[in-house]
Amino acid sequence: MYVAVKGGEAAIENAHSLLADRRRGDRSVPALRLDQIVEQLALGVDRIMAEGSLYDRELAGLALKQSRGDMTEAIFLVRAYRTTLPRFGYTRPLDTAALAIERRVSATYKDLPGGQLLGPTFDYTHRLLDPALAGDELAKAPAQRQVDPAPMPRVSDLLDDEGLIEADGAVPAGKPVADITREPLEFPLERDARLQALARGDEGFLLALAYSTQRGYARTHPFVGEIRIGEAELGLDVPELDFPVPLGTIRVTECQMVNQFKGSSKVPPQFTRGYGLVFGQSERKAMAMALCDRALRAAEFGEDIVAPAQDEEFVISHSDNVQATGFVEHLKLPHYVDFQAELDLVRRMRAEFEAGLGEDERREAAE
Amino acid sequence: MRSAGAGAKAESEMRRQMIAVLAHAPSSRLARLWSDAGFAVVAEPVRGPETGLVTVRGRIGGGGAAFNVGEATVTRATVRLASGEVGHSYALGRDADKARIAATIDALWQKPELRARLEDLILGPLRLEHAGQAGRRAAEVAATKVDFFTMVRGED
Repeated sequence: MYVAVKGGEAAIENAHSLLADRRRGDRSVPALRLDQIVEQLALGVDRIMAEGSLYDRELAGLALKQSRGDMTEAIFLVRAYRTTLPRFGYTRPLDTAALAIERRVSATYKDLPGGQLLGPTFDYTHRLLDPALAGDELAKAPAQRQVDPAPMPRVSDLLDDEGLIEADGAVPAGKPVADITREPLEFPLERDARLQALARGDEGFLLALAYSTQRGYARTHPFVGEIRIGEAELGLDVPELDFPVPLGTIRVTECQMVNQFKGSSKVPPQFTRGYGLVFGQSERKAMAMALCDRALRAAEFGEDIVAPAQDEEFVISHSDNVQATGFVEHLKLPHYVDFQAELDLVRRMRAEFEAGLGEDERREAAE
Repeated sequence: MRSAGAGAKAESEMRRQMIAVLAHAPSSRLARLWSDAGFAVVAEPVRGPETGLVTVRGRIGGGGAAFNVGEATVTRATVRLASGEVGHSYALGRDADKARIAATIDALWQKPELRARLEDLILGPLRLEHAGQAGRRAAEVAATKVDFFTMVRGED
């Protein structure tokens, strides 16, 4: 039976204006401007771009303001906006070896060409709250130093010389690049589809899975071969011009995870790899993505699939926080009729149960 | 014939670099330089400005097979001058004014006699400012480079 229930329009309208009021908060406090959010809450903005799967700082800033700082809600807003725009095409693959570097570190080689550049990192801070930041303290201008013009090759290319590390990943020849925004997911996935899903996956979920692999649930013996953050040039092939048109730059974070592998009957012992590439500055996400990428390649290396992080369908089907929040949060919407039906059922079962008990007692008394 | 082909290639590369300068330009700066330059030009809109998405691609492992990372907003425009030149622009973001101005500059640039003026008044300053900012950022990052040194301990 379907019963349409009307009413609630006035309540909804008033709830939304109450939301607008609470969002604005104390009117004696100046309203946040989008440029303040974009400049000063930059990593929050980056996370919304990565998981919203849309690179646009100002829109991500607007989403953060509109959602009152609720990241998942902001990501949802950005995903919804994406669907309103036409698609102009696919860019040329960006070249991470040519990033304008903002940070570059390796945990496997101390002296690598181009050196270790810490960049604007939280590492080595003492994680003590800084009362000075409560005010409007002027930050002093950062130090500068002569730039070393030496190229900065990817660490994976250095190890490759000895043949002790697997090559960059391939997918079967002739196969078009998977696009999970165009075709429904069909398991098992190729690695390109998996990486696209991981790139927009929830940072918390992927972090927890990555952590689980370190704690022994699908151990992969990882090292950070390299993390690099920087600005990548984008180029787009368009019919009206005979060269890939330059679009400008976007900031990305790349993680090359290097994993020990003892070899199998087919493959000699060597280092294998997991890969992470994320919009914005987010090395936690890029590292988690790389660890999950490697764990999800278990079947490829003939490893036993024994842990959640290796289960492709489990990981990929639950990594999208917009889908996850949609299904969890829908539970709070009216389920009056469903519940009424369940209530009737439980009442009937309870009556049968009690009638059964009564019979047992009578039987016991008779014996 | 061969040199004509090479000439066209060099021309394409010059145009590509010019479009890159415009794509990198901050919108307000481009608008200011454009209005100060005072080109008296009527550019008829052919398409847009319109905002859409491009899907950004990376490569597995950095150099392997391509995969899709996510989308980015891009705004494009096409204009035609009364003299027939058609200019295009594409740039990240959602700035319609920037797209219109950049497409007009692209159209004007196709008149060889205007290139020097465009370079002096708009492209040159943008190029310099972009290089200056990139150089400053690189120098700031270079200052965070780790200089390892080894501490020798013990007798031998």
